[in-house]
Amino acid sequence: MIETILANGGAEPSDLPLLLSPAVDPWLEALARLAERRTAARFGRTVQLYAPVYLSNACLNRCLYCGFSARNDTPRVTLTGEQVERELEAVRGAGFQHVLLVTGEAPDEVGLDYLEAAVRAAKRRFPSVSIEIYPLPEEGYRRLVQAGAEGLVLYQETYDRELYAKVHRGGPKADYEGRLQAPERACRAGMRKVGLGVLLGLGDLEADVVALALHLVRLRKLYWRTFFTLSVPRLRQARGGMRPRVAVTDRQLARLIIAFRLVFDDVGLVVSTREPAALRDHLLPLGVTQMSAGSRTEPGGYSQDGQAECQFAVEDGRSPADVAARLATLGYEPVWKDWDRNLG
Amino acid sequence: MQTPGSDTLVIAGREIRSRLLVGTGKFPSLATMRAAIDASGAEIVTVALRRVDLDAPADDLLLHLDRSRILLLPNTSGARDADEAVRLARLARAAGLGNWLKLEVTPEPRYLLPDPIETLRAAEILVKDGFIVLPYMNADPILAKRLEEVGCATVMPLGSPIGSNKGFRTRDAVRIIQENAHVPVVVDAGLGLPSHAADALESGADAVLVNTAIAVARDPVAMARAFALAVEAGRAAYLAGPGAKRDTAEASSPLTGFLEP
Repeated sequence: MIETILANGGAEPSDLPLLLSPAVDPWLEALARLAERRTAARFGRTVQLYAPVYLSNACLNRCLYCGFSARNDTPRVTLTGEQVERELEAVRGAGFQHVLLVTGEAPDEVGLDYLEAAVRAAKRRFPSVSIEIYPLPEEGYRRLVQAGAEGLVLYQETYDRELYAKVHRGGPKADYEGRLQAPERACRAGMRKVGLGVLLGLGDLEADVVALALHLVRLRKLYWRTFFTLSVPRLRQARGGMRPRVAVTDRQLARLIIAFRLVFDDVGLVVSTREPAALRDHLLPLGVTQMSAGSRTEPGGYSQDGQAECQFAVEDGRSPADVAARLATLGYEPVWKDWDRNLG
Repeated sequence: MQTPGSDTLVIAGREIRSRLLVGTGKFPSLATMRAAIDASGAEIVTVALRRVDLDAPADDLLLHLDRSRILLLPNTSGARDADEAVRLARLARAAGLGNWLKLEVTPEPRYLLPDPIETLRAAEILVKDGFIVLPYMNADPILAKRLEEVGCATVMPLGSPIGSNKGFRTRDAVRIIQENAHVPVVVDAGLGLPSHAADALESGADAVLVNTAIAVARDPVAMARAFALAVEAGRAAYLAGPGAKRDTAEASSPLTGFLEP
C-alpha cells in the first residue's frame, strides 16, 4: 500500500486511515520527502504570512474548550471602529498584507453592519482580507464579499455529531447542520478562499480527518472556482476550558500534514502560532503553505496591551520579522503579498 | 514568423534575444531568483501582479529585476474572469510596469487551466486598449486563431498543467497551432526538464516559458543555465531539419536504386 503511494507520488482520501496510523512510521521519512517535493512543485519554497486580528471576544456560545465561552466570566471587549482602525494600522506596520478578522458569536454586538465596516476598514489597508466569524446566511456572506472579504475560515471542530452536541453546550454554535453548510453558502456567495479544519484532540482523529477530507472533496467538486485551505489546530487548554480528550502528539501532527499533502497537492495548509516555534520550523517542509506570525489572540492585542483575555495561548511568540528571517534561513521565501485588491 | 535568413525571435516587432522566457514565482529567495534569471539569459521575465505592491515603488520583487536588461512581462495570475484581468492590467500599466502583458485567466485553482472564453474576451479588450498581449491558453488550434485575430502578439499554449512538470504533452495540438500561426508560438507551463524544452523547440515552437522547473530545482541557477542550453540546442536542431522517424532500418534506395548509373 505505502509502496504504491510512493510509486504513484500521491495518495487517495481512502489512504488516510493508513497514513495516520503508526504503521506508516517505517516509511515516514520517505513519505515526508515526497510531501516536500509535492509542496515545492505546487507552491514553491514560499510561505505566505498572515496575522489574525481579534475584533471581539463577546460570545453566546458555550464551547467547553474555548477561552471565549459564555460560561467564563472573562471581561468582554468589542473594539470600536476607531480601535479597529488602530489595530489594523499596527498589523500593517508590522509588514502584513494578509489579515484574518476574528470574532466570537455575538450577533447583537458584532452584527453584519459591524463586520461589514470592519472588512471595509481592513480592505483599505490590506490587499487580502479573510474572516473567521460565526456562520452567516448566504446573503450575509455576499455582503462581506462585496465589502472586500475574499477568504473564509470556518472549522467544523468535529464531525462527530454526538460529541459536537456534548462540547457545544449552548448558543447558536450548537446547530451542527447550520455550521456544516456554512462553507457552501460562502462559496455560493463568491468567497474565493475557504478554509476548513477540525480541532485536533477533540474527537477521534482518524474519523474527523476522514470526514474533513470528504467534506473538502465534495466542496471542490461543487465549487470548482474556490481555493481551499486546511488547518491543523491542536486543542490547547484555555482558561476554564477542557483538556484535550486525547492529546495529539507531534508525531501524529506530522503524519497528518504529510497525509494531507499526499492526498491534496493543491490545497493550502495552515499552521498557526498555536504551535511552538521549533516545531513550526520542522513542520514547514512537510506541506505548510501559510503561517501566522506575531499573533495576538485578544481584541486590541496589537495596539493596546493586556486589556482582554486571549482565546488561546500563543506558543510561537516570535515577531513577524523574526519568523520571516527564520524562513529565509530555512530556504523559504516569506511571502507577504500574494493577492491583490483588484482580484474579486 | 521569421525574417528569411535570420533566426531572431520577434514579438510585436521587438527582437528578443532568448527563446527562453522565465517566471519569478516559487523561488526560495529573491537573490536566487535574480541569479537564476541571469543564468537563464532570458530577456522576457514574467511577474505575477498579485505578488507586486503597486502602491509601493520600492517593492522588493521589482527591485530585484533589472529593467534595463529584461523586458518585464506582468501577468494576471489569480484573475478569475476577463474583468479582473483587465483591471489588473490597467493598474499595472498605470503603475509604470509597461504595456506588455501575459494574460492569464484561470478560474479554477487546482490545475490553473485557462478559461478560453474569458481569455478571448479580455484579450480583445486589452489589445484595443493598447496592450501587447501574450495569452496563456489551452492547446486549442481554433482558440489560437481567434486570439491571433483579435490582435494577440503570441499564442502561449500549455505543454501540460502549470507546475505539473509533466513536459510537452500537447504536441499534436501545438503542431496544428504552429502550422497555422502568424504569430510566435510559445509553449508555456508544464515543462519540467530541459529535455522537455528542447523537445518543444525541436518540434518547432518559437519559444518556451519556464518557471517552476527552475525555481524548485535543488540548484535553480544551474537549472536555469541547463534550460538555456536546451532551448538553444532545441532551436538549432529544429533549424537543422531532423530526419523523419522510422520504425525499421532502411537501405538508401531499395526501389529506385536501379535507375542509378
